[in-house]
Amino acid sequence: MSRPEDTLPPDLFYNDAESRKYTTSSRIRSIQASMTNRALELLDLKGPSFILDLGCGSGLSGEILTNTEEIDGGPHTWIGMDISSSMLAEALQRDVEGDMLLADIGQGVPFRPGAFDAAISISAIQWLCNAESTSDEDAPDRRLKRFFDTLYASLKRGGRAVCQFYPKNDAQRSMISSAAIKAGFGAGILEDDPGTKNVKLYLVLTIGGGDVTGTVDGLRDVDVFDARRKDKSRKGMVPADRLKGSKAWILRKKAQAEGKGKVVKNSSRYTGRKRKVAF
Amino acid sequence: MKLLTLNFLTCARKQCKSTAAAFPLHPKEAELEQVEIDVNPLFIKNMLPRLDWEAMKVLTQELGLPNLPAETPAAEELANEDGEPSQTLKDLHILLMETSIATGKLACGNCGHEYAVKEGIANFLLPSHMV
Repeated sequence: MSRPEDTLPPDLFYNDAESRKYTTSSRIRSIQASMTNRALELLDLKGPSFILDLGCGSGLSGEILTNTEEIDGGPHTWIGMDISSSMLAEALQRDVEGDMLLADIGQGVPFRPGAFDAAISISAIQWLCNAESTSDEDAPDRRLKRFFDTLYASLKRGGRAVCQFYPKNDAQRSMISSAAIKAGFGAGILEDDPGTKNVKLYLVLTIGGGDVTGTVDGLRDVDVFDARRKDKSRKGMVPADRLKGSKAWILRKKAQAEGKGKVVKNSSRYTGRKRKVAF
Repeated sequence: MKLLTLNFLTCARKQCKSTAAAFPLHPKEAELEQVEIDVNPLFIKNMLPRLDWEAMKVLTQELGLPNLPAETPAAEELANEDGEPSQTLKDLHILLMETSIATGKLACGNCGHEYAVKEGIANFLLPSHMV
């Protein structure tokens, strides 16, 4: 079965029939619910918050935000954005409490700076990587940039965004994370069930200060792989015989050649001596 | 589209994004509706410092709603001495969370573009030349 993202743009793929199927499928609802709860865990909200739901669809994740218990820091108020009017129609039928916008997140997030405590996105942002759409203007890079730049601005200082997404391949995965980093976010990817068929990726984004790996401090069973390059200050410190052209290197090479049985001249204090430049 | 949302929503166009006139959006031919939502005092308290009260006053004026006090209510006004939600908080709740635009248009003060609102949902899809 091919990926939905490879067949049609999202506003066409999620038509009435598909939206209905998606929203009523108990399998999909339970997967979406567990991913939303995982994202909420990663968001670590301190109290009832103002949350932006990107790619809110028929409000499956929104309902979970609304129904978050007081002891868990809820209930939350949310605003959703989705590109499919059929999906939003489903949400209206289910009488969700969040306000919704029919919008393309690749065109930006239209809110004033520092509006939201947090942002959540479940199974949506990989759709930004597609080149095709109803318009001819879109380059995925441009849309990703516009999305992450405006998302960054719309979050308050200290805010977080968690985006569960399905990248088609490593190239898409890097495309998305590097666009987020360029926008100024601290970014990390959490992989649940890595290496399995059911692997789930969560892009965890932080604004302003702090190591993003701190977001998983309270969670059990999470290993942190820090892919950032270690301090390169040891650049000049290299053993003398590795520095090409130096006397030590020449002597090492001569020893190697001798070991191979080749004819090598004897070494003396003139070996590798700096000659006066003749020309 | 709650009034709370309208206190944060701006025009989506890039050229308008950083201009002052693009916020707040101005409702036109708006039909309001009353929605019932449980009061959430902690949420209102959380949002209070973030509200743009001037924009709120502009909005209520344009919608023909009763005038608001000149200044944002202080956080202390939200609870009575016994810790119960005050009338101020209840009024804020009704204003922000329960008053909603069901149909109408939202116009940008900068470029003039009008976003349609139907069944409470605002259409923010921009044709590519307008992005």
